[in-house]
Amino acid sequence: MVSFKDLPEEELFLAGSTACQGCPSSLALRIAFKALGSNTILIVVASCTSVLQGSYPLSAIDLPLMNVAFATGGASASGVVAGIKALAKRGELEEEPTVLVWAGDGGTYDIGIQSLSGAAERGTDFIYVCYNNEMYSNTGTQRSGATPLGAWTTTTPGGKAQHRKDIAQIMIAHRIPYVATVSLAYPLDFYQKMQKAKSIKGTKYIEMLAPCPPGWKFPSSQMIEVSRMAVQSGMWLLYEHEDGETRFTGATKRMIEGKVKKKPVKDYLEIQGRFRQILASPEGQEAEDMLESEVSESIRRLQGWVPEYI
Amino acid sequence: MKLLETGNHLIALAANVAGVEVVPAYPITPQTQIIEMVADLIARGDMDAEYIPVESEHSACAALVSASLTGARAFSATSAHGLAYMHEMLHYSAGIRVPVVMANVNRALGPGWNIWCDHQDSISQRDTGWLQVYVASHQEAVDTVIQAYRITEDHSVLLPLMLNLDAFVLSHTYMDADMPSREEVSKYLPPYRPLWKLDPKKPVTHGSVVYPVDFSETRESMQIGQDNARRVAARAAEEFREMFGRWHGAMVDGYLLDDAEFLIVAMGSLAAESRVAVDALRSEGKAAGLLRVRFFRPFPIDELRELCAGRQGLMVIDRDFSYGMEGALFTEVKGALYGYADPPAANLIVGIGGRDVTYELIADHAKRAMAGELAEVTWGDSHVTRAHEITREVLREFEDLMD
Repeated sequence: MVSFKDLPEEELFLAGSTACQGCPSSLALRIAFKALGSNTILIVVASCTSVLQGSYPLSAIDLPLMNVAFATGGASASGVVAGIKALAKRGELEEEPTVLVWAGDGGTYDIGIQSLSGAAERGTDFIYVCYNNEMYSNTGTQRSGATPLGAWTTTTPGGKAQHRKDIAQIMIAHRIPYVATVSLAYPLDFYQKMQKAKSIKGTKYIEMLAPCPPGWKFPSSQMIEVSRMAVQSGMWLLYEHEDGETRFTGATKRMIEGKVKKKPVKDYLEIQGRFRQILASPEGQEAEDMLESEVSESIRRLQGWVPEYI
Repeated sequence: MKLLETGNHLIALAANVAGVEVVPAYPITPQTQIIEMVADLIARGDMDAEYIPVESEHSACAALVSASLTGARAFSATSAHGLAYMHEMLHYSAGIRVPVVMANVNRALGPGWNIWCDHQDSISQRDTGWLQVYVASHQEAVDTVIQAYRITEDHSVLLPLMLNLDAFVLSHTYMDADMPSREEVSKYLPPYRPLWKLDPKKPVTHGSVVYPVDFSETRESMQIGQDNARRVAARAAEEFREMFGRWHGAMVDGYLLDDAEFLIVAMGSLAAESRVAVDALRSEGKAAGLLRVRFFRPFPIDELRELCAGRQGLMVIDRDFSYGMEGALFTEVKGALYGYADPPAANLIVGIGGRDVTYELIADHAKRAMAGELAEVTWGDSHVTRAHEITREVLREFEDLMD
């Protein structure tokens, strides 16, 4: 087991970023960079992370970094990986760098899904991290394909009427070697999954739930609490998919095994502001029930992968 | 080495001798033969490059940019709707200053669906910051691919270049062309040495947020790159002539310009056809000449001012149209001449969507222009009565459906 003492001291995410207080992406970048080290090329898909790194001529990220257009995360990775191969053939690289794409849920679930799917199908050797704050936070909190049922956003003023997509399962369907979900409430689990992803050849997809304090309307000091409650209520399930097999991990594994009791979804909904409106409405109970069923259906579906793939 | 090949295959072979290392591409008629040839050369071990079979042109351009930014020499090819689909990434690639080269096989945009030649696709990308060259022969296509990297990779330019060749007229016809060897080309074209790249040893943030206080400067620097490309392209063409003995012009190419009283101005294969028209006009004793615009961006402002001054008239041929205005080249030519030269000028719109253009058609319209009888803008091979008929037929059918 890795402990905090084992994490490298080198900081590649520097002080002076322009992130909001309690921003999950900036904390996640710090941990991810520690896991991958300085021989990494970073591709940032248009999102809050394009902004929080600072503006020209300053940058809070001490890695070679390319900020790319919204729909191009996967394709940009394919180009960099091909470029690395060309440089390696010329004998200009001692060690091939790790290629990391960092994208929000808009750049992953919606506008970027084609590019990501293409790169995964081509088997591009890179790590794709989706920090999923379940809305278009950078443009001021509009709905995305990742927004859960019932959640308020500026474009779902009465609460979203549809369920969120399950994109991690879409990535598993690409038969890529590694898919994992992570939470900032369990940073060492995230760190280890990043390290594992680095050790595997091919396309690796890691998705993190990224509770956004201003978007979800909770105090910025509560970001880790909300992250933890998402896992404890089953609204965010921790697992990894490797060699055709899905395994629940960490807190989710303990919950599935019955070692800890699953908390009601309601506990998670009530510690943030974006569900306040739907909970207070006549449809509140129905929305809560539908989200509880979504959780059990997701668990059943993940368990279902095992017999199918063996 | 002399080859007998299609324009498309020659482009692929030229990319190979130019030392291209990464080729992301998505197939579209009539560009497909270029990327099929690249894939084949790589599979046969005759080309040492990475082929990226992307899932769209938007991704093709994204991968083209990121491969180049990693430090590799990158090339792609597309056409028409593919180019239109890249539009965002064309702006991006010029803005992030990568010296990539892309062949665009000029084709009409639908609907109505049409795979044949016109320049609407590339003309529509005028303001993206790309350099644009229009070639008029197979040999020029080969030589321009090689010259292109000399121009784009020059540290005073660092802008992408679009090599435009006419669909089918050049892309699918077989012509003989001389293909220099990789070794010969490497004496002319040194390996790519990027000014900046994605390098873990020297981490730099590319494409960051730029506030208004700095933004104009980034855009003006693109224009400085375009302006520098004039000098760099001229030098690249001259050194190419010294080394390989071939000349296709620099910013422009001319034919019988010295004593010409009347000039035809054209781009691409219509300029080649216009050369035959000039011969026909000369045989009738008419002092015509041809000014072929080779670079559409940067636009040959100085050359046009110098070469059009003192002429008795111009006929500008457009294989495109800026709706609500006139042919795009016509607008550009007049804009360049404003305040410098004022010959009467007429605009001939022909060859749209691959309609065949003969030298007789060009010569006939040139004669009318010389006599002052050609309207300012003439759709030379369209028939306005038929255009109205089509409109009426469609309206009638629609009304019938409504009834």
